[in-house]
Amino acid sequence: MVSALYGAVESGLIYAIMALGVYISFRILDFPDLTVDGSFVTGGAVTSVMIVGGSSPIVATLAGAFAGLLAGIITGLLHTKGNINPLLAGILMMIALYSINLRIMGQPNIPMLNETTLFTMISQTWTNLALDQVLIVPFKWLGIASYAPSTFYVIVSMMIIVLTVKKLLDFFLRTEAGITLRATGDNQSMVKSFSTNTNLYITLGMGLSNALVALSGALIVQFNGFADVNLGVGMIIIGLASVIIGEVLFGKDKIVRMTLAVILGSIVYRAIYALALRVDFLEASDMKLITALIVISALVLPNTLEKSKAKREFKKSQRRALNHNQEGGVQHASAK
Amino acid sequence: MLQLNNIYKTFYPNTPDERRALNNISQKLSPGDFVTIIGSNGAGKSTLLNMLAGTLLPDEGNVWIDGKDVTSWPEEKRAKLIGRVFQNPLMGTAPGMTIEENMMISLGRTQNRSLFSGITKKTRHQFREHLQTLEIGLENRLNSKVGLLSGGERQALSLLMATFTEPKILLLDEHTAALDPSKQELIIKLTKDLVEKQQLTTVMVTHQMEQAIELGNRLWMMDEGSIIFEANEEQKQDLTVPDLLNEFEKVRGKRMTSDKALLMK
Repeated sequence: MVSALYGAVESGLIYAIMALGVYISFRILDFPDLTVDGSFVTGGAVTSVMIVGGSSPIVATLAGAFAGLLAGIITGLLHTKGNINPLLAGILMMIALYSINLRIMGQPNIPMLNETTLFTMISQTWTNLALDQVLIVPFKWLGIASYAPSTFYVIVSMMIIVLTVKKLLDFFLRTEAGITLRATGDNQSMVKSFSTNTNLYITLGMGLSNALVALSGALIVQFNGFADVNLGVGMIIIGLASVIIGEVLFGKDKIVRMTLAVILGSIVYRAIYALALRVDFLEASDMKLITALIVISALVLPNTLEKSKAKREFKKSQRRALNHNQEGGVQHASAK
Repeated sequence: MLQLNNIYKTFYPNTPDERRALNNISQKLSPGDFVTIIGSNGAGKSTLLNMLAGTLLPDEGNVWIDGKDVTSWPEEKRAKLIGRVFQNPLMGTAPGMTIEENMMISLGRTQNRSLFSGITKKTRHQFREHLQTLEIGLENRLNSKVGLLSGGERQALSLLMATFTEPKILLLDEHTAALDPSKQELIIKLTKDLVEKQQLTTVMVTHQMEQAIELGNRLWMMDEGSIIFEANEEQKQDLTVPDLLNEFEKVRGKRMTSDKALLMK
């Protein structure tokens, strides 16, 4: 049970990068981008092929992210230059990428079990530094050593990577260019009237978004030890679930808080996933349905709650007014 | 500063809906000129303004701004020279962004947007000084979301954002029409102050004849795509609303069609 939660934190951190990408397209640019389902795999495909081919895992990972950047830019161009509706542009790109991913991989599945990946590299350095022995100490003090994870290297290294990505993103979104990007999603015609090529910003924003998604895909295939062409199915919904869970549970107006919320949302989603898998009557294949239900309830509930609250308040005030009137009426009658 | 040469524009040509929106417009504005344009609905005022802003291309003719032929420039390129305030207060600002972020966007009209720096102390100070001139307390709310401001405040902010980077041309598209009378007064006062302070060449479209007479040094009256009456600074001084209505009747042989224009006296 506890080890399942550690697993959830590990994969939650890796998927958090994807969720940050979805946050850029879905929230900042207001562009529901289905490219994600394809570009996630593209990142993994490029990375796995390069690793199997003997490239350095770091180069392979960056190349995977770059492939996602290109995919996102094409989606952006389809929308801005081709005037294709955002949803449709994303769907088209997703379908196209399925074939392209298969071409890149050459086969539907690439195992990487005996290859040097980013994670085997980190693991090696980690063991050499003997950091696990240091990190286990607080668990021993608290007397819960048996609940400690077998190793900390994934959590710690991913935390460093994810926080670096978050910091860079926070920084970028508050630069002049970043402010313009956010304003483009908020009021495009206004930004245009201040001499901005909004098409450029949308295109580059989509590129950035999908670069993060592909980076996440590149890390996932190395974490899992294999790449699969169907890895990305439903990825956009998982990204949305993370963004929405994060916003509802931890969200605040500030950018710094929002990116943090998205990361935490991704971890919470993975924890829900891990728990759901342990319930007897649910199967792994039910997860997509559960994800859809999570997103639907996260989208519907806040609105409904607010409305019913407003209604309750209104009824209360009416009742108060009614009581007041009756009292008034009584007084009036007695005065007569 | 601004020159229009023989501009023609027809919408839906060669169909039953064909409408001549602009019919051989030639005009010239000197630096610092402030022209107000009045006319009934469909007279071509907005088309003319869109032509200046670059949202519409003319069928014939060309537009010169600051000594450059800008006719074929796309909207965003032309916006380097043009500040614009729309009728709808929601259009000129980004609601989900803070006041200072909105100001930053407008600053980007004249300078390249940096990838490496955000809003510095210096620019923030500059923003605060500019906002002070509005005298509605926005300088203390730099970090408030613009969506939380009232329509009048948003329009005042739009006006400031359009003017403080000193555009060559300022376009005002019925920018008080969506506000209540007291807010209208505020925006008109701010318009006067800001335009005078920076000696901006301004084109303002309005439905209200009194406004058109009160503001600016020139006046054009439009109907059916042509400028049917013009007043220069001297003529404008003793111009009254009945004069304008008479003028319209004289030229067109009919009463002003727009009820709105009549209601506004």
